[in-house]
Amino acid sequence: MIRIFVPGDSVAVACGVEAVLVALRAVAEKAGRPLEVTRTGSRGLHWLEPLVEVERGGVRHGYGPLRAADVDLRILEGGVHPRHLGPVEDLPALRLQTRLLFARCGVADPLSFSAYAARGGMAGISRARALGPEGVVAEVTASGLRGRGGAGFPAGIKWKTVAAAPGARKFVVCNADEGDSGTFADRMLMEGDPLGLIEGMAIAAFAVGAGKGYIYSRSEYPLANRTLAAALEVARAEGLLGPDFDIELRIGAGSYVCGEETALLESLEGKRGQVRAKPPLPAHHGLFGMPTVVNNVLTLASVPWILSQGSAAYQALGHGRSRGTMPLQLAGNVKRGGLYEVPFGMTLGQIVDGLGGGTASGRPVRAVQCGGPLGAYFPRALFDTVYDYESFAAREGLVGHGGIVVFDDTVDMARQARFAMEFCSIESCGKCTPCRIGSVRGMEVIDRILAGDEVERNIALLDELCETMKFGSLCALGGFVPYPVLSAVRHFPEDFVAPARRRQRELAS
Amino acid sequence: MTLGYHGAIMTPTGSLEARVLAILAHHAGREGALLPVLHDVQAAFGCVPQEAVPVIAKGLNLSRAEVHGVVTFYHDFRSEPAGRRHVRICRGEACQAMGADALATRVLAHFRLDWDGTTSDGAVTVSPIFCLGLCSVAPAVQVDGAVHARVSAEVVIRLAEGGT
Repeated sequence: MIRIFVPGDSVAVACGVEAVLVALRAVAEKAGRPLEVTRTGSRGLHWLEPLVEVERGGVRHGYGPLRAADVDLRILEGGVHPRHLGPVEDLPALRLQTRLLFARCGVADPLSFSAYAARGGMAGISRARALGPEGVVAEVTASGLRGRGGAGFPAGIKWKTVAAAPGARKFVVCNADEGDSGTFADRMLMEGDPLGLIEGMAIAAFAVGAGKGYIYSRSEYPLANRTLAAALEVARAEGLLGPDFDIELRIGAGSYVCGEETALLESLEGKRGQVRAKPPLPAHHGLFGMPTVVNNVLTLASVPWILSQGSAAYQALGHGRSRGTMPLQLAGNVKRGGLYEVPFGMTLGQIVDGLGGGTASGRPVRAVQCGGPLGAYFPRALFDTVYDYESFAAREGLVGHGGIVVFDDTVDMARQARFAMEFCSIESCGKCTPCRIGSVRGMEVIDRILAGDEVERNIALLDELCETMKFGSLCALGGFVPYPVLSAVRHFPEDFVAPARRRQRELAS
Repeated sequence: MTLGYHGAIMTPTGSLEARVLAILAHHAGREGALLPVLHDVQAAFGCVPQEAVPVIAKGLNLSRAEVHGVVTFYHDFRSEPAGRRHVRICRGEACQAMGADALATRVLAHFRLDWDGTTSDGAVTVSPIFCLGLCSVAPAVQVDGAVHARVSAEVVIRLAEGGT
């Protein structure tokens, strides 16, 4: 019997893993070698996907990136093969990581409860029950865990507020509306270790006294949703969910702004995803008007580890006021794209050049956008920025949800700035004027700059418009879109001025 | 038997009203059920037909304006069914960094479409989508729900025309 591990993650599927598996089965059958196939999540080494692992002598050997045409008997029998990577656990890209949150992802069958329990699953909720609700809140607070959705708000304080708030019912809502381009950690976790998320939500519910949970996922993630739905059934069968606390999976409908927590609550209530004014906070007045914990997938999935290993172990990792690990997601034009879970504290240069290996195109890195469509563009000159919430904020940047999108020197930053405004105009919920109207005016002003129309005056106007959007918008959509726009203007002014000069020269000649 | 997005059993026959009522019955008792209902209606009809709006409104004790407002707010819900093949091209920044804009321009030009348009023979609809979570293997597209990464314009056109 030959044991092989084949990822069923969206990245592997999109890169053609199913055809590879068909080829592997055919080769095994022809050779009369029985095959035991375990479908797993992804290791996050996406430049090696489809990455198939073959167990030999208890060690899992990696082969990737594989195409169906690469498959032959040498893979199954351990002969020399050009795609052989050696033992997967020894790959430098995995060795340098500190995997707490993604420890099980890509390793085991995400829907096997016994595999989950064998790898530390359920230890968190056992300790939570021993500590009692107040003890759990104290432990999460002491760990220094901050919301991984983007805002970085201390999770323990949010939980304490909900626990203390009066309410006939309370809810735990998992924000899995991972809309930021360049991020896929939530998706990977839901596809690779959904039981970890469910256990985290069950712990949160126990801590605050909630009877029902919702996971708000995306219609863009059909595979993740299928895995989650199956994992919820497993959790019910195993008693992790039951009459005291159950979870309903809800699917969004293509709206980016529903990733904002109050718009998400509106959407769960069956309404347009329009942002609510805060206060009141969701912790006091959330879903159906009841006290509600709203946390990101990664925040909730961090909790079982913190409970089972203790807050001190988590607190010991990180940099400054950013504690624990962050799953960095390297994307776009990058040589070694994928997910890297590391403690806070690396520099941006170490991440992009070191982990990522520069661009996929082989051209120089010109800009990286950190923290999604509303995050700033960083030039190489700022590659010494330390990756943590405060250091990024000091440079007008966002850690956000951990996405880092790399661009080579062919990028037109004026076009990226215009896209940020266009995206905001498409996705604005329409409730507040600075976002709804400001984003459209922003596109127009950038168009005028690029046409060479009173360039300096219009750049000043764009600056003023961004100021209004930043301080006048109701939520982070309109409020943060100035980050990509102004960082592009500030760090890459030549892209805004040069086209205008070119056009003036054309007109003159 | 087909299941909708949220597990409702899709009655393949009967009047539109009867089919919508069956979906509503499946979601009876669910709080804030409008989105799950709309997903299932779209799964059954390929869009949210105008005639379904008053039935849904009555079933959920909402006004027609409220239902219409929700249907038109979310990008997913369509007023007309898409073509036989629905290609969604990711327009996110990570895909842009790998040439998604040029790819989209070529695919749209090949089918002589603007965004969200359907070819006159009803074969292909091409829509934008903002992020499939395949940002590390860009550019990415979804064709009838199946994901494809590291694609070129040629591959997308082939997939849209029914190839593999």
